[in-house]
Amino acid sequence: MIIFTQTKKQMQTQVLLFGIVADLVGESSINLELKIDSTVSDFKKKLTETYPQLQNYTTYAIALNEAYALDETIIKDKDVIAIIPPVSGG
Amino acid sequence: MNNISIKLTSNKLSLKECYSFVEDPTCGGIDIFVGTVRNHTKGKKVEKLDFSAYGPMAIKEMQWIAEKALEKFDVLKIAIHHAEGMLQIGDIPVIIAVSAAHRVAAFEACQFAIDTLKETVPIWKKEHFSDGEVWVNAHP
Repeated sequence: MIIFTQTKKQMQTQVLLFGIVADLVGESSINLELKIDSTVSDFKKKLTETYPQLQNYTTYAIALNEAYALDETIIKDKDVIAIIPPVSGG
Repeated sequence: MNNISIKLTSNKLSLKECYSFVEDPTCGGIDIFVGTVRNHTKGKKVEKLDFSAYGPMAIKEMQWIAEKALEKFDVLKIAIHHAEGMLQIGDIPVIIAVSAAHRVAAFEACQFAIDTLKETVPIWKKEHFSDGEVWVNAHP
């Protein structure tokens, strides 16, 4: 008996956009497909591939589930990603 | 006793509310920082400022700053309140209020809180001029 198992290789992520990045993309929220076990770094690459208008503009931090994340942090399925351009509160 | 008050609101901020929250009979000093919208930036006339926030994360970061301030400085209570939406010249986008037994800790904690807020809290302001709009600090 042969059993076929389908391993999920991709995941859909929800990405919230703010500030100048939201203006450049024209949306406040987008969906991006990523390979399972992508890092934040991988995500940034995929983002600028998908939205070339961000290529010259890469000064932003990334938050996962409302907390700042590092480039090497792995993104999990259902994580809420947010792009945090340089902040200017206060 | 609740020692921390965090607020992110599209309503007007209240100095009275922040003062009332932090005041305490054991405290000899209250330090309050009030941020206000000024009418110029880099020699250009500003008409208004539009504040936007990543709400849930802004609240978390302000909470973290408040907890850190209580930990680092000998202060009793702290309030960190921030407004969002369109603000006019003279309006108040932020109030930081701190109470302590002695004034040095109050000054230091208050400065720590506003300095850190400006570095880490996901809130953005967009300046409106007569000839356009610019995100502050977008290209550092």
